[in-house]
Amino acid sequence: MRLLTKMSWLELKLFLREPLTVLFAVALPLLVLFVMGGVFGNEVDAEFYRGIGAMDYYVPAYVALVTASVGLISLPVHIAGNRELGVLKRYHASGMPTWVVVGASVITMFIIALFSAVLLVAVAKLVHNIAMPDSTSGVSAAFVVSGLAFAALGVLLGAVLPNARAAQALGVLLWFVMLILGGAGPPPEVLTGVMDPIGRITPLRHAIRAMQDGWLRLDAGLSWLIVALVFVGATAAANRYFRWE
Amino acid sequence: MTSPPSVVTVENLEKRYGSFIAVSDVSFHVDEGEIFGILGPNGAGKTTTVESLQGLRSIEGGEVSVLGFDPRKHAAEIRRRIGSQLQESALPDRMKVWEALDLFGALRAGGRDWKDLLADWGLAKKADARFGSLSGGQQQRLFVALALANDPQLVFLDEMTTGLDPASRRVAWELIRRIRERGTTVVLVTHLMDEAETLCDRLVVVDSGTVVAEGSPQGLIERYGGGVRVRFTHDGDGLSWLGDVPHVTNVDRDRNRYEVRGEGPVLAYVAAALVERGIAPVDLRQERATLEDVFLALTNEETE
Ligand SMILES: Nc1ncnc2c1ncn2[C@@H]1O[C@H](COP(=O)(O)OP(=O)(O)O)[C@@H](O)[C@H]1O
Ligand SMILES: [Mg+2]
Repeated sequence: MRLLTKMSWLELKLFLREPLTVLFAVALPLLVLFVMGGVFGNEVDAEFYRGIGAMDYYVPAYVALVTASVGLISLPVHIAGNRELGVLKRYHASGMPTWVVVGASVITMFIIALFSAVLLVAVAKLVHNIAMPDSTSGVSAAFVVSGLAFAALGVLLGAVLPNARAAQALGVLLWFVMLILGGAGPPPEVLTGVMDPIGRITPLRHAIRAMQDGWLRLDAGLSWLIVALVFVGATAAANRYFRWE
Repeated sequence: MTSPPSVVTVENLEKRYGSFIAVSDVSFHVDEGEIFGILGPNGAGKTTTVESLQGLRSIEGGEVSVLGFDPRKHAAEIRRRIGSQLQESALPDRMKVWEALDLFGALRAGGRDWKDLLADWGLAKKADARFGSLSGGQQQRLFVALALANDPQLVFLDEMTTGLDPASRRVAWELIRRIRERGTTVVLVTHLMDEAETLCDRLVVVDSGTVVAEGSPQGLIERYGGGVRVRFTHDGDGLSWLGDVPHVTNVDRDRNRYEVRGEGPVLAYVAAALVERGIAPVDLRQERATLEDVFLALTNEETE
């Protein structure tokens, strides 16, 4: 436990020493917020956004999106990059347990996602006066569950991809597809043809629905369960495929 | 008298990468408290061998025991008790030197104080430097310091002086001797003959995945070093009698430079014979064979 704390603290310090990554993690969600907020405002239109204001719809979605971006991009790049450089091999040879190495990365990613989400919500409240969470515990639960699901996917990607570049490429691609089709971009109601069923199978769609359930009391159907299953499945696969070198 | 217990035993180790046989038959044992060398050219299978011993690579055949544990089953037990400096590994560029030592020291309760280690390895001034800003030699020394952070019973050093300049190399040799004086057994992997010769109590010479010789550096030199070589310069002819001097087997001449080979007290007999004939070369000397000669002799044998 002491080792995990030490490693997590160190990982967080290392993260903060990379100005570009920090900027990316914090500024990107805010940028998306400004652009979309500028376009859609927070008017209610019964046909879109499940019948609520656009920003009321989007902010929970963006909070889910933040967990997806750290999980799908930052985490795999971090893990695959460390394997590529020989850092993981160094840890392994010294007897550093897997759960410490992986756990510390995941904890760090959670802290970053949390910071970024809180900042996002604060700005959205100031600028668009969005609805605040109806159920704090519901939102926290959604944040943890989707954070865990995307972290597990990220560890899996980091485990199977050979290097940081491949991880970056695939991570950004997945993140972007989920952003567009998962419901954090155009309103899900406008997706047509093949895009609709694809959107429905993206983990982000369900993470968003779980988040909106806690935030706005919108029905989430099976989404909670699906996100939890993504976590379990990705964890099992990551555990199976994790390599040190 | 009982001999000290073996810290490492390797019998007929075999390791393949796909269909390529990197190590076909390696056997040796390392006794407690010694500096044991694994010497061989690049690609011989040295790194493969020591990484297999640490449970970092799968093993296809043979019996291996490290501190009484089988790396195939109890790699974690082994790693907790050993130190390891890998030939190829890294730390995050932005990790500071003290942070690395602090982290690795936390792996084992009662590990060494990292400030001592920094001082020992000449990194005291670099405690706050980032790993990425260190020179190759400093990174190398940091890795050795990290290998010692858990106060191990046994350390593996794989090409640890690669990238060091000659002066730092000598300092590193002194430090390796000090590691041993603290009671830690050292397995030293190197392709540098002089390093193996100065440091190792015993060593194996590995070539193409097999052990081609085993012994102390001196023992190997005596056995494979090609006997004694005596050299001097002399202007003028008429030294054909040299071949009849006792213990001399062979005389080579390159203009005024003579090389006399033989076994045993060649120098004394050659000197006496020369002086008897009124010849007293000021540069008469015996060249010591080195491990390099051993190595060349051993690999020549193979190509013949
Ligand atoms: N991971 C690997 N996959 C395939 N071949 C390898 C691998 N590691 C080493 N080899 C090959 O095995 C042989 C022995 O390598 P190595 O143990 O690194 O030698 P040394 O340390 O003596 O220089 C070399 O021919 C090398 O190319
Ligand atoms: Mg090697």
